[in-house]
Order: sequence, then C-alpha cells, then structure tokens
Amino acid sequence: MSEVTVRGVSRATILVFFQRYGVYVAIAILLLFNIAFTQNFVQFDNLRTQLVQVVPVLIIALGMALVIGTEGIDLSVGAVMALAAAIIPLYIGYGLGPVVVIVIVGGVAIGALNGTMVAIIGVQPIVATLSLMVAGRGIALLIANEQLKSVVDPSLLAVGRDSIGGVLPYSVLIAVMLVVGVALLVNRTTFGKQLIAIGGSRRAAELSGLPVKRILLFTYMISAGLASVAGIIGTARLGASVPSTLGNLIELSAITAVVIGGTPLSGGQVKVGGVVAGALLLQLISATLISHNVPDAYSQITQAIIILLAVYIQRGRAVAR
Amino acid sequence: MSQSRLDVPLPVLEAREVTKKFAGVTALNSVDFAIRPGESVALMGENGAGKSTLIKVLTGVYQPDAGRLAQDGEAVTFARPMDAQRAGVSTIYQEVNLIPLMSVAQNIFLGREPTNRIGLIDYKRMYADARTLLANYGITVDVRRPLRSLALGIQQMVALARAVSINARVVIMDEPTSSLEVREVETLFSVIAMLREQGIAIVYVSHRMDEIYRVCERVVVLRDGRVVHVGALSELPRVDLIALMLGRSTEKIERTGVTAFTETSASDAPAVLVARDLTRRHQIDGIDVSIRPGEVVGLGGLLGSGRSETLKGLAGVMQLDRGQVSVDGKVVRAGSVPAAIRAGIVMLPEDRKAEGIVPNLSVRDNIVLAALPRLSNKGISSRAKQDAVVDVFMRRLHIKASGPDQPVSELSGGNQQKVMIARWLAMSPKVLLLDEPTRGIDVGAKAEVQALIDELAAEGLAILLVSSEIEEVVEGSSRVIVLRDGAIGAELSGPDVDEEHLLAALAGGAGADGAPESEDAR
Repeated sequence: MSEVTVRGVSRATILVFFQRYGVYVAIAILLLFNIAFTQNFVQFDNLRTQLVQVVPVLIIALGMALVIGTEGIDLSVGAVMALAAAIIPLYIGYGLGPVVVIVIVGGVAIGALNGTMVAIIGVQPIVATLSLMVAGRGIALLIANEQLKSVVDPSLLAVGRDSIGGVLPYSVLIAVMLVVGVALLVNRTTFGKQLIAIGGSRRAAELSGLPVKRILLFTYMISAGLASVAGIIGTARLGASVPSTLGNLIELSAITAVVIGGTPLSGGQVKVGGVVAGALLLQLISATLISHNVPDAYSQITQAIIILLAVYIQRGRAVAR
Repeated sequence: MSQSRLDVPLPVLEAREVTKKFAGVTALNSVDFAIRPGESVALMGENGAGKSTLIKVLTGVYQPDAGRLAQDGEAVTFARPMDAQRAGVSTIYQEVNLIPLMSVAQNIFLGREPTNRIGLIDYKRMYADARTLLANYGITVDVRRPLRSLALGIQQMVALARAVSINARVVIMDEPTSSLEVREVETLFSVIAMLREQGIAIVYVSHRMDEIYRVCERVVVLRDGRVVHVGALSELPRVDLIALMLGRSTEKIERTGVTAFTETSASDAPAVLVARDLTRRHQIDGIDVSIRPGEVVGLGGLLGSGRSETLKGLAGVMQLDRGQVSVDGKVVRAGSVPAAIRAGIVMLPEDRKAEGIVPNLSVRDNIVLAALPRLSNKGISSRAKQDAVVDVFMRRLHIKASGPDQPVSELSGGNQQKVMIARWLAMSPKVLLLDEPTRGIDVGAKAEVQALIDELAAEGLAILLVSSEIEEVVEGSSRVIVLRDGAIGAELSGPDVDEEHLLAALAGGAGADGAPESEDAR
C-alpha cells in the first residue's frame, strides 16, 4: 500500500462507501421521494406490481452476475428468453412440468454452446454470446414460424399472474428462491469459490489445478438456464408467446443491475445482494419517471447516467487501492 | 572495425548521465552510453539492471529525469517514440510489432505507400519495391501474403527491413534470436554485418553469450541502474562478464553465510522425481532431472537459459515436445496441471502477482484455492475444514495478516509468498518447484522463506530451486544443475557447490570440473 494523503484517504473512503452502499442509498432516496410525492405509491397493489415487474430482469441478472464474476459477459440471455417463448406453445399440451423441463433443457443447450466457445475454443465471451444473441432469436422465430400465439394453459398463466393467498406472487417466490440458491452457490460451494477465483486471476486458477474450462462451461449453462426460467415467467405474464420481442435488450438491463449492484465487470467478485438491489433500483427509476409522466426515453437516459456513475465509482475504487 | 581511425565519427546516439526514477526507485543512475556509426554494442545485465529502461529512454518511450540524449554531438530530445524514429533510432523487439493481418508489403510501407498520379496506392510498385528490399536480406516470399502467415524469423526480418528502409541509423535489437531457428539466426547475423557496413549502428541485447561474442565488438554492462563496465569484448573473458553482471568478484569467495540456509543432507532414498529428456523447441533441449526426497536441487543459469521453462514443463504448465516426468516410478500425464498436482508436483510461480495470488480474495480463500475440493462435502465447502487448514498454515508459516479474512493484496510480498507456499503445502505435495521464491520480498521474510525451504526438505520433500541470486542457489542446494541455452551445461555436487564453480559453469565450462565441454560446439 502506498502512502496516501489525508485528503486522499477521505476521498477513497467516500468512494468505497458509495461502491458498497451507493445502490442502497439510491433506493432509499427514491423510496422516500415516491412516498412523499407519488400518489398511490405505498399501496399494496402497486408495490406488488413493482416486484412482479422486476422478476425477469432480476433472474437474468443473477446468471449474468455469475458470468461477469468469471470476467465474462452473456449477451444471449434475451434470445434464450425468446427461445423459451417459442418452445412453450409446442409442448404446453403435456402440462406445465414437462414444458418447464423441455424449455430449460433447450436453454441450457444454448448456454453449453456459449460455454464451449468461451472455455474450450477460446472465443471472447462478448463475441461468442453476441453470435448466439442474434442466432438464438432467429432460431426462436423459426420455431414459432414468426407467429404470435396466445397461451391459455391455466397453470402456466397462474405462474405469471396469481399470488399465494393473494399476497405473494408465484413469480416473486420463484425469484426469491433463485436468489437464495445463487447466493448459496456463490458463497457456500466449491464451484462458487472456484468461479470467483477464475474471475480474479484465471492464470493463478489454472496454475492451481482448478478445472477452469469445466467451471466456465457450467457458468454459461447456469446463466442460460436462469434465462429460460425468466422466459417462462415472462410468457406466463403476457399470456402469449412473443418470441420476436420477449427479452429484447434485457441483457443490457441485467448487466446494468449487476454493475450498479457493485459486481465489477473485471470479474473476481459476485454480489448477489447487490444484484437484487440493482434490479430493484432500475425498476424504481422507471416506475418513478412513469408515474410522473416523464417519457420512457428519459428513463433510458437516466439508466445510462447511472451506469456511468456506477462504473466511475468502481474505477475510482480501483485507483484508490 | 570498418571505420577508419583517422576521423573517429561522433556517436550516432549518446546518453549522457541519464537518470530515471520510478516512484522513488532509481532505475537508471547517471548512465553514460554511446554508439558510433557501424559499431555493434552489447547491452548486458540481469533482471532489473536497467537495460529495458535505458532502451526506452533511447527510443523516446520514457523521458529521463536528469541527463540528456545527443546525436552527432548535438543535444536532442525524444518527447515521443515517433521523434526517435524520425531521428533514425529503430527498435526490433522479440515480439514483432507489426500488423499481422496486413500483407508483408503493406507492413513495410505502412504510412508511406507509393502512390500513383491521382493519389491512390500503387500496389504494383509497392509489391515490386518490397520484393527488391527483402531480396537484399536474402528473403524471397510472396509479399502479398499476410504477415502472420510467415515464420517468426521472416516476420522479424520484415520488421528489420521496414526499420532500415526508414532511414535507420541505429537499430536496437532486444533478444532478436529468442524465437528464431538456427538458420534464421545465421541470416540475421549476415544482415547485421551488412547493416554495419552501411554505417548503421547496432545495439544488441541478448542473454546468449555465444551470440554476444560473435556479433558485438563492445559491451556495456549495467547493474542496479549503473554502468559497471564498458570495454571491448575481445578483452573480457566470459566468466568475468558474468561476474560483472551478477556483481561477484571472480576471486575466491568465502562462504559468507548471508542466507538463512543450513547444510542439508539428502537421504539415500531412490529419487521421487525423475524427468527425462524434457524438450520444447527454442526453449529447453533434452533436460534430465532427478531429485531424492529431502534433497534441494538448485537449477542455475542466466536469465533465458531455460530455468523457468524447465519448472513449467515439470509442473504441466507448459506443453512439451518430448520427454517424460514420473513421480515414485509412475509416469505423470504430460501438459496437465491437475495431473501434476495429483501426482504431487506443485510449482510456486515466478510472477507471484500475475500467476500466484488471486488479489481480490482473502488470505483464507487463497490458501485453500487448490485444496478446495478436499475441504468440501460433496461440493458444499466446509468452513470448519478450511479454517483448520488455514489456521495451521498461518501459524506454522508465521503469515502476518489481521486475520484469514484480510484481502491477500493488502499483505506484504513476503507474506503473500507464504500464502502461496501454504496453498501448496495444503495439497501435501512430494515435489516442490520453487521459481524465485524470495524475489521482491524483504530481508526478514527472505530468511524465513529460506529457513522454511530447509525445513520442508528435512521433512522429506524433494525441492527444485530456481533463483537469480547466486548465493541462494549455492547455500540452499546440495546439488546444482546448471543450464546454458536451454540445455544442461554442468552439474555441481558436493564441495563443488560454491560460487566460484557456479560462475565458471554459468560462463560455459571453463574451470568447472567435470562439466562437459561440448557447449562451444553448438
């Protein structure tokens, strides 16, 4: 550690504080603002709607955080959602259980392709997943014959629309379980520790005899599996299979949620709590702007500013170290 | 040689009392350097001597903090690399710095392509000019092919042709032969002779002694940022040159006991590690190593002699063209780190920061990194098992940290090194390969690490030790294998393990009893 001036220390301390807690501070500020100035914000129905809306981005962001933790990126998640949407009408006749299994297997296959390209062939993650981002949606449109189909299976619709006892939506419950699952995976399993070590220093991980390729492969498969689940929930909520638009640009929202949650793009860290907070913050921003009749375009611009701010703060921290 | 003695020309490039500091560390300390037209000067020095800093000052990459540069006796300033190039100072790096996807001809004429009347590139003329130019260097290739489709040696020659065709007056060559075939080296040498006849000055940097003595007239030796010797190579025996580089005197040196090693006694047990004929093109050639339990074998050699490569070959980090490694008589699958680790061979890498520690992880996570699967129940990591191991090693190796949760990047170099050793001891290895285990760590930690190496050997580990510090090799090892140019040049054992013999062996056989004399035949 080099010597730092007193002013430098205080600056570094502020940066570290915002790096760790900035996203929570922002959520608190927005909540207070909405409670004070937004009509009907504190109503139960509204809060529940906000949670339901955040579910797909949150689930995608969980997988994205794992991939980013390995110093990678997964742009194909939106296409995997579209693939899920396209497959559902084909197999929904077999019932909800079988269709879920088929959709996830299909999505994980895309993830395996991503993982093979990245881990074994050595294609850069952004290139590998970009190719499947384009091709995946193409495949989905082929499967669906470029048609929009309504989905009427009541149990599937329930996943998207119903709540346990009218209080806890199924989709939110699924998201909570996945958050807990990913948190355990990251913090309590050999796999999770090895994944983070690879992101921290791939060379050191290789020299320590870690199965680097296998872990990378599995990470992309998990990301795609989670995207499939998000695709099922998204389709259930719409009550229709819309492979042409479902999950469009969701990869960018997911990356934003991960980054503003404090998981650095340079890998070696995964903050599951931060991912949840990041997704909630994005949701709150757009909800706030919408309820105050600000056009959606401004919401997107705001997101961009927040990304820049988050990345700046992370960079600042790296410099401070 | 070709210059007449009547009018000694002014130096074509000169550094006067150049000093360069980085964050308080003096990389160059009042260095004088001069080269005249048609001359070839070897720039010699071990790691950290200041060679590359000097080259970067001469080529405008760095600005000197004090002192200045001069050309033809007049002061010049190279604010940017471009300025140096314009003044005729070119650099040929070991890695070719051209554009691999462009054609050979485009690379040669990049930025000054011949054009036709309406300003478009005249490809016909460019290809013809490129062919003529390369023919001067004895190269006939299709100049329309992308550069990367050619052998490295040819690529380097293209870089050289480009540099010279842009009015080069001084060409700095940094390890130019490290990836060349023997035949390509010969071509390079004849090109160097040709350039010198044209009055172009050559600064030659290489660790290969044979080449230095063949190519260069004069030598400038740097050590710790200072010029320690300037003179004609013909008057400087190899052993003296090496002694100058390493900062040793060639007179009889008493065992000084400056390291913390004590006399080790190897057992008579059969060798635990046996490696035969380890070979990888351009790097190592037919190396045999065997180590008994409890033995510390030193691997001596100058930089670039193949020390690190030998360790990497043994540890499965580097693919080998040929050769076999076995532990306790069982052959280890080649080129696989996990296989080597399972067999009990572990390596402490030379570059601790880039290849060893995972900086953002805690001390605990770094120690258990390799052993994680052993410290888990069916993939669920067990904190209790981890803590037991971490506790044992933090205490045994005296790792100074606020606790196991402290990020390893906050630890001192010495403690980071101990964390690395702990990572491997947690795997209960049989063979420990140490690449510069005490580099960049403070004196106290150094003594601790050295004492630990002894202790581990006493417990029956077989240890292979690489170190640039000659006293560490001499005092730490009971036997020393000396590498020269990627092959075993000599082996010292018993009373021969001292600095005098090691220096002689490094220099190439003369004076080292029992050392094969075949080296000069290469």
